[in-house]
Amino acid sequence: MPLYLDDDQTMLRDSARSFMTGEGAIAKQLRHWRDSGCSDGFGHALWKQFAEMGFTGILIDEADGGLGLGHVEAGIVLEEIGRNLTPSPFLVSAVAFVAALKGTKLRERWYPGILAGETVAALAVDEGPKHRPEAIAMRAERSGNGFSLSGSKQFVVQGASADVTLVAAATDEGLTLFAVEKGARGLEVEGVRLADSSIGARLTFAAVEVDADAVVGEVGGGAAVLARALNAGRTGAAAELVGVGSAAMDMTVDYLKQRKQFGRLIGEFQALQFRSAHLYSELEIARAATLKAQQLLDEGNAEAEAMVAVAKAKAGRASQLAVQEGVQMHGGIGMTDEYDIGLYMKRDRVLNELFGDPAYQADRLARMKGY
Amino acid sequence: MSDQFREDVRAWLAENCPPEMREPVRDESDMCWGGRNARFKNEAQKAWLDRMAARGWTVPDWPAEYGGGGLSPAETKILKQEMARIGARNPLMSFGISMLGPALLKYGSEAQKLHYLPQIARGEIRWCQGYSEPNAGSDLASLQTKCEDKGDHWLVNGQKVWTSYADKADWIFCLVRTDPAAPKHQGISFLLFDMASPGVSTRPILLISGSSPFCETFFDDVKVPKDQVVGAVNKGWDVAKYLLGHEREMISGMGLGGQAESLGAAFADALAGDPVLRADVARFDVDAIAFRAMSERFIDELKAGRAHPAQPSMMKYAGTELNKARHELVMAAAGSNALEWESERSNKGKAAREWLRTKANSIEGGTSEVQLGIIAKRILELPGA
Repeated sequence: MPLYLDDDQTMLRDSARSFMTGEGAIAKQLRHWRDSGCSDGFGHALWKQFAEMGFTGILIDEADGGLGLGHVEAGIVLEEIGRNLTPSPFLVSAVAFVAALKGTKLRERWYPGILAGETVAALAVDEGPKHRPEAIAMRAERSGNGFSLSGSKQFVVQGASADVTLVAAATDEGLTLFAVEKGARGLEVEGVRLADSSIGARLTFAAVEVDADAVVGEVGGGAAVLARALNAGRTGAAAELVGVGSAAMDMTVDYLKQRKQFGRLIGEFQALQFRSAHLYSELEIARAATLKAQQLLDEGNAEAEAMVAVAKAKAGRASQLAVQEGVQMHGGIGMTDEYDIGLYMKRDRVLNELFGDPAYQADRLARMKGY
Repeated sequence: MSDQFREDVRAWLAENCPPEMREPVRDESDMCWGGRNARFKNEAQKAWLDRMAARGWTVPDWPAEYGGGGLSPAETKILKQEMARIGARNPLMSFGISMLGPALLKYGSEAQKLHYLPQIARGEIRWCQGYSEPNAGSDLASLQTKCEDKGDHWLVNGQKVWTSYADKADWIFCLVRTDPAAPKHQGISFLLFDMASPGVSTRPILLISGSSPFCETFFDDVKVPKDQVVGAVNKGWDVAKYLLGHEREMISGMGLGGQAESLGAAFADALAGDPVLRADVARFDVDAIAFRAMSERFIDELKAGRAHPAQPSMMKYAGTELNKARHELVMAAAGSNALEWESERSNKGKAAREWLRTKANSIEGGTSEVQLGIIAKRILELPGA
């Protein structure tokens, strides 16, 4: 499979691009919900439109009513989301959550709502300020015919709006993932606005009782379920980061062609040309690595996991460079809320932390390579 | 169809690639450069070249009438994959293949193609590149080597520098000034001639690595037949730029060829007690594996005619900077073992010499700064200068 988009994928990109620059535009979505103090941080009407466009069914098999497409296609939508900073449940609900439920009984319960753009799902993994899925402390004890969950989670994206939250907890049989429904007794949800105006949540579980059928897959089989969710989530976040970085670069390069100082366009200065060209190079490499990770995941290739770590790390660093250079090259107005470039910086920061930052991914790669 | 092709290729390689030619390349002597005075290290090296050349597979995607294999891009990729799968060596290192050939295919006359390309494909003529001059480095188009029209021949006088392997090459492809009065880009022609011509001399340049891959090359009243200009007279800059694109592709791949998938894996013991260096190496591995994907994408896009014409500059810039970073880390991970310059233990300072050699990667074929300038102007379309 060549490492570029085929004709169908290019068509999908074009339609995702026109949708996000129209309905998903910054003024219409991000600034609107931010400035109105929305407790969800996104619009439910837009989520419905995502469903009408077919986006929410990309990763769902045709037998389950979806489009049966892959991570390449999900990434196409995410790159456009990144370019427009469109707030939506897409990454966690339609990508990570859908991937986690693949092949499990629970997909019958939750896929229809995702397909319809009605259900919002969340993923509760992190327990401290950094992503450490290898060291989950939260416990799930057998209780009645189900389990009792105790512990706490943080950085649960859309956790305050979620109809269902996938919760990673340790059992005597090993790591297990539970689909916990909204309003469960003993579950305390504190919505927290993040730097990019999205809403995360801190969750506290005080002996929350769940039925046995809330288990995703098998008891003790959570590692594989979590791996599916995180591979999809990391690859998706990488694609969104490529979009964030690319838009920040485009905006900045345009600015260099308009702004005059010392009687010339600042884009004529070699100091800025070289930095822009380096940034271009980094983003191109990040895009290639991300597409490679998506293709390998879609093939079920054994090399996919290492490539996912590479893609998340590389896209994170390239996007980080793009937003930093973006603000710096815009000068004073880059620091103003009125200009959009600062919004890209905030989104980049959140996406870099989500599902493990570049340092985490590099460490993970090193372990996979045996050092 | 392609499955059948893959099977055929696999079977042919299994039968025809000698076991010695599946060993990793250890040093320069393991590489075969062909040429009139070709020195083969062993029978296997010669047999491997002859067998591949007979099928046109030294240049699988060139047309068969010019000595190529006539393969499609997809078939070429399969051949490369199957060669990589068994660790088959490149049968022929050649500036004729990587640089001159593509320029001849695009700009050469039919007679030139029929004459020169099959010789290149078979490795019969070893070529060198006469581009840089003492006063024309990054500003290549200011070159001054004089080429006068003497009616029945050209007369060439001047000096080139950084001519790779000029002392070992049979022929040179050379940029010369045919119209000193024209604006600098418009008076240049692209000339081919025999290095054995009277008046050509070379002097190797000793580098910091202790080796001499480059020469100074002198032309003193060298007579060249009139039909050895490629493209139109005074239009050589177009050919030169096109060829540079291919040179940059070749250099950008240097950081990848035959390299282990993970640098860290090769130094696992050294890194175990050194968390800060391990982190640097892990970040490098991220960059290197990501760049490998970029190289794959670049080749796919190139073959499909989708690559931006200035994308080789980006590949050259990123690939060479990466290769320099790799060798800095190799030196750091190997510590004082890698400082030994002559001992047998260090294979005569192999690591240190390679490390020093890589410093030229971001200078030769257009410096990193030249590439960044090209990206800024031609891809990002930034104004000025």
